[in-house]
Amino acid sequence: MCTTCGCDDKDNKTTFHLHLDHEHEHHDHDHEHTHDHFHPHHHGHDHNHHQSKTITVEKDILSKNQLLAERNRGYFEAKNILALNIISSPGSGKTTLLEKTIKALNHASVFVIEGDQQTSNDADRIEKAGAPAIQINTGNGCHLDAQMISTAYKKLEVAENSTLFIENIGNLVCPSLFDLGEQFRIVMMSVTEGDDKPAKYPTAFLYAQVCIINKIDLLPYVDFSMEKAKEYARVVNPKIRFFEISAKTLEGFDKWISWLKKPE
Amino acid sequence: MHELSIAMSILDIVKDYAEKENATEVTEIEIELGSLSGVVSESLVFALEMACKNTISEKAEIKIIEIKAEAKCKHCNQIFELENYFAPCPECKNSGYEVLRGKELQVKSLKIEQ
Ligand SMILES: Nc1nc2c(ncn2[C@@H]2O[C@H](COP(=O)(O)OP(=O)(O)O)[C@@H](O)[C@H]2O)c(=O)[nH]1
Ligand SMILES: [Mg+2]
Ligand SMILES: [Zn+2]
Ligand SMILES: [Zn+2]
Ligand SMILES: [Zn+2]
Repeated sequence: MCTTCGCDDKDNKTTFHLHLDHEHEHHDHDHEHTHDHFHPHHHGHDHNHHQSKTITVEKDILSKNQLLAERNRGYFEAKNILALNIISSPGSGKTTLLEKTIKALNHASVFVIEGDQQTSNDADRIEKAGAPAIQINTGNGCHLDAQMISTAYKKLEVAENSTLFIENIGNLVCPSLFDLGEQFRIVMMSVTEGDDKPAKYPTAFLYAQVCIINKIDLLPYVDFSMEKAKEYARVVNPKIRFFEISAKTLEGFDKWISWLKKPE
Repeated sequence: MHELSIAMSILDIVKDYAEKENATEVTEIEIELGSLSGVVSESLVFALEMACKNTISEKAEIKIIEIKAEAKCKHCNQIFELENYFAPCPECKNSGYEVLRGKELQVKSLKIEQ
């Protein structure tokens, strides 16, 4: 089993599908897979010579991921790459947002890392929209981690002075625990999901700098209070910045695009 | 599922320390878990027990120290237990606070046999 993402490396490989030249490469991810187990040696006549000992550890469980994330962040900063990590429930509109954003940025230097458990549909969509994309399939893994990102941006050959979007696996639980080395984390929700999303998944909103509320074209048809949603999110994270948009009609898109050009 | 990945990270740390100490067996793993950490205690114990099989920690007792979140009210400075992010200050009933603790997710200590 993989020590970073918990995936089972026997029949559940994390694979990377590169969409640069329409070729699909399948690679095993190169996490550290430690399969050497400890085999204590029992010497026949050595009874009761064992010593018990308590060791103080005090080590953060996510520290290894954190370390790799900082390394990614250093790389992105050195190359002037703006890395953005987008998390949401499935279907909030992450891929649609990216398709429209790529077009709005007029194919300026944009790269996309797509996370999905099984398919490469999203990377196909991004490629059609005009940006190089790499698909990470995590199998049973329910989030992207810093190691996967490190492998992916190297394969994708992300250019200097570019924007790198990372579409995380669709769920609001564990992607929020794993720093990928992004400069900005964007949590997305859509008006069809209910205005209490931040109350149900506070951690997702806690570590994000930006909250995109999507599908505002559907506001007339759903029971969703924009004020309530924002209030919930602000309780968890008073500094979070909101963009209310429709990735379908492009309402509210201007503000989002101008922020992207000068993010803060 | 993400508890399994957390469990694997824990065993990674345990293995590092156990090897450094030439341990033959790990008999106890003590974990500090804040109520705002995003990790559910029962699921983590379950995942850890599964992940410990056939490792040096096979027989380890899993001890979870649950840390209740504590916050300081921004209005009246009252320090109070934060049941959830949306609970108001019990003293002045305002919301707006600073979280003091509750996000812990840490391997605290190990007991080993040498
Ligand atoms: N009405 C409406 N539908 C949208 C909007 N954005 C996305 N969708 C639809 O929502 C569905 C899920 O979108 P997708 O981008 O695949 O979501 P993802 O799972 O977060 O990547 C698709 O059918 C989209 O066409 C929007 O702003 N308005
Ligand atoms: Mg998608
Ligand atoms: Zn893995
Ligand atoms: Zn996960
Ligand atoms: Zn108060």
